[in-house]
Amino acid sequence: MRQALRHHLFWPVAALVVLVVANTVAKPSFLQVTVTDGHLFGAPVDILRAAAPLLLIALGMTLVIATRGIDLSVGAVVAVSGAVALEYISASPDPGSPVTVLVAVAIALGLSLLLGLWNGFLVTVLGIQPIIATLILMTAGRGVAMLITGGFITTVTSEPYKGLNSGFFLGLPTAIWIAVGLFAVVAVVVRRTALGMLLEATGINPAASRLAGVRSRTLTWTVYAAAGLLAGLAGILVSADTMAADANNAGIFIELDAILAVVIGGTALSGGKFNLSGTFAGVLVIATLERTVTVLGISPHVTPLFMALVVVTVTLLQSPRVRERFAVAALRRRPAGPDGAAADDGGAVEPPSGDGSGAGTEPASDAVAGPEAHEGATLQAPTDEREVTR
Amino acid sequence: MTTQPVVELTGITVEFPPVTALAGVDFRLYPGEIHALMGENGAGKSTLIKALTGVYQTSSGTIAVDGTERRFTGPGDARAHGISTVYQEVNLCGNLTVAENIMLGAAEPRLLGALHWRSMRRQAARHLERMGLDIDPGSSLDSHSLAVQQLVAICRATVGDCKVLILDEPTSSLDADEVESLFAVMRRLRDDGVAILFVSHFLDQIYAVSDRMTVLRNGGLVGEWATSDLPAGELVKHMIGRSAQVLESVGRKQGATARPAGTVPRLQAVGLGRKGSIQPYDLDVYPGEVVGLAGLLGSGRTELARLLTGADRADSGSTRIEGVPRRLHTPRAAMARGIAYTSEDRKGEGIVDGLTVRENIVLAMQAERGWVRPLPRRQVDEIVAKYIEQLGIRPANPEALLRNLSGGNQQKVLLARWLATAPRLLVLDEPTRGIDVGAKAEIQKLVAELAGEGMSVVFISAELEEVLRLSHRIAVLRDRRVVATVDAEETTTDQVVELIARGNVAEGDAA
Repeated sequence: MRQALRHHLFWPVAALVVLVVANTVAKPSFLQVTVTDGHLFGAPVDILRAAAPLLLIALGMTLVIATRGIDLSVGAVVAVSGAVALEYISASPDPGSPVTVLVAVAIALGLSLLLGLWNGFLVTVLGIQPIIATLILMTAGRGVAMLITGGFITTVTSEPYKGLNSGFFLGLPTAIWIAVGLFAVVAVVVRRTALGMLLEATGINPAASRLAGVRSRTLTWTVYAAAGLLAGLAGILVSADTMAADANNAGIFIELDAILAVVIGGTALSGGKFNLSGTFAGVLVIATLERTVTVLGISPHVTPLFMALVVVTVTLLQSPRVRERFAVAALRRRPAGPDGAAADDGGAVEPPSGDGSGAGTEPASDAVAGPEAHEGATLQAPTDEREVTR
Repeated sequence: MTTQPVVELTGITVEFPPVTALAGVDFRLYPGEIHALMGENGAGKSTLIKALTGVYQTSSGTIAVDGTERRFTGPGDARAHGISTVYQEVNLCGNLTVAENIMLGAAEPRLLGALHWRSMRRQAARHLERMGLDIDPGSSLDSHSLAVQQLVAICRATVGDCKVLILDEPTSSLDADEVESLFAVMRRLRDDGVAILFVSHFLDQIYAVSDRMTVLRNGGLVGEWATSDLPAGELVKHMIGRSAQVLESVGRKQGATARPAGTVPRLQAVGLGRKGSIQPYDLDVYPGEVVGLAGLLGSGRTELARLLTGADRADSGSTRIEGVPRRLHTPRAAMARGIAYTSEDRKGEGIVDGLTVRENIVLAMQAERGWVRPLPRRQVDEIVAKYIEQLGIRPANPEALLRNLSGGNQQKVLLARWLATAPRLLVLDEPTRGIDVGAKAEIQKLVAELAGEGMSVVFISAELEEVLRLSHRIAVLRDRRVVATVDAEETTTDQVVELIARGNVAEGDAA
């Protein structure tokens, strides 16, 4: 038991379980998955599909954070990538052709890769602090997306493009295959090759790594490029979901969600040791949380507060210092110890009380409501401007 | 010594279950003495200090100050009762002035928390004077050398009613002159009646300055002696629990210095230099040879080594490897030519403390291969097991995090990392600093053996005796310049000291 408690996946998974239980209590059919026309439907599938873009971005974010960095620009890259793809499709004579869609995707991914390389250049060659370096693109990226869309929200009809997100393959939505598949591939590559260890060495002690012959600069640059590319792919999934190129709101605050997912997953922002399985769990926690708000019918007014409470609890439970206090308290009153702990972990997710902001299917409305919540808990960013421009 | 001890610890036990860090240790400290606390790494010196100052809770035993039993809640509480501690690293604010640093927290605020700057400066000046320090209290702390900063830290510790001063390894980054001025200050404070608890790895310093010593081993008390009653050999025996003979016999250089005419140097540096770092120098290192670098701290020892290993980029001169011109502009380039470098800054530039012993050992090998081609796990395990065994790395657990190892074992892991790459030239910058006597002897022995097997070694150490004993030739540095290269066989410590001090070539030494 003690060992399980210490495992890095314990708290995110526990949070997930509690969320699922709370949802099932509120709505017994929550976990039900039905098969229609050979396609799977149900809340779990919806949650996974809605989580796909975040999963991709959190994947890149984990690797960036492992090198002691951070990438704030991923949300902007999502907007740019979606805008480019949709603008290309809408301008092409044949929006419905798979070739057009392929070219659009290639252009969007190419541009995202370039943006990622730009971030990497600022960080590794010019030596700008990652938070500042990526802040540049975070702001400028939305402008670029604006430029591409000409300030309009371009809506497009293209079946093959839409299929990239909501099409089905072997019973599951394409978005899930893309995101989970890519996540698995990267996770395997990172741990099967020496990439993971070298990234961690770079993150923990860059000077020692350099002297040990680690190509820290190349590795770091690569990681920012990968984060850009993954954000671009996420942008395609997001825009394929809405089929509208919205320069202002596509992927807004998704960088904060991604950072949160990484932290919930047990990777420290100070870099070094990282675990992708934790990030995966973190993404699921956030996605389920967004869905919980709908299921429990929590009022949109208190949604941010509710989400903040959950997030704060999970991160607190992971803090070594808090855990130490916990252990000491448990030791002092032996018999009461474990119960006390259990009670506390229930309390973590206890304040369930309804909301109405739709997660997943109506991005236009929840894109703002959801993420703002975490933001209140952890980081501060100028939210007002964005809403005004909208 | 019939007076009452100012500090008396009786039967102190500190436990971090399941480990007992200190087991029933007695310790007495009298006013007006310099008392050395001796022991290898992990013997319990720091634990004892932390138990005394309230950082750790004791599970049994009593602490009495001036005969009254006390239990401090932390260093601040201990300080309020006249027990101040100065640690190895200077914990001051570099961007404040000397006076501000000294008076930080001790200055009496006036109305509305305003400070009386002039009186503060005056008080600071008085404290500096008491210690015989002639520096401007208004100057910024950053503008002074590390040694002066260390002295300022001590000065700060003595502000107020300081009865007991604990100095934890204050000399590890100081050179000989600076150590002398530190000792002068210590003696002055002692004569004022302050009790000083002194921890150092340098035996000669212990003998130079301490009056009595207490020896710990494996968390237990070995004994307490007057320094004059305990010869160094005996002391070492008590510390490591085996005969000092071990120390004397190991680490002798092997092989003759004579080499056939026309031997190509493994590494040849011609006019290698870097502005503001080290003046252009020439250096040859032959196969199987240990070249020692001697000089004071800041004389350019490290800077010289960094140019040879690509850690810094030279802006003049050239290097040849086995007679072929090669550029060594990055650590990778040097590694590709078989050159390995362990930095003097073990923590900052050596170990990766969040990774395991295994990962740290294979790091350089793996980096050389690139991330795409991971070393097969079986090969990794073999390499790691081999070096853990050969170097005696403790704990012998490949999965232990490096930050949980003692300094000596971290150093061994670092050596293993480089030996695993099978270097032809090994550049060791202060490999024995801050590690215990046993590990030190083992590392010296290893260096001698490696050279015996044909490896070239450049060996840097602040301890002249060590450099002389291990090296075949010695390059002497002074003021960022190589002033002489001498044959170690024909040179005495005094001659090297002369060279370091005066910078001219003594008689009979080859240039």
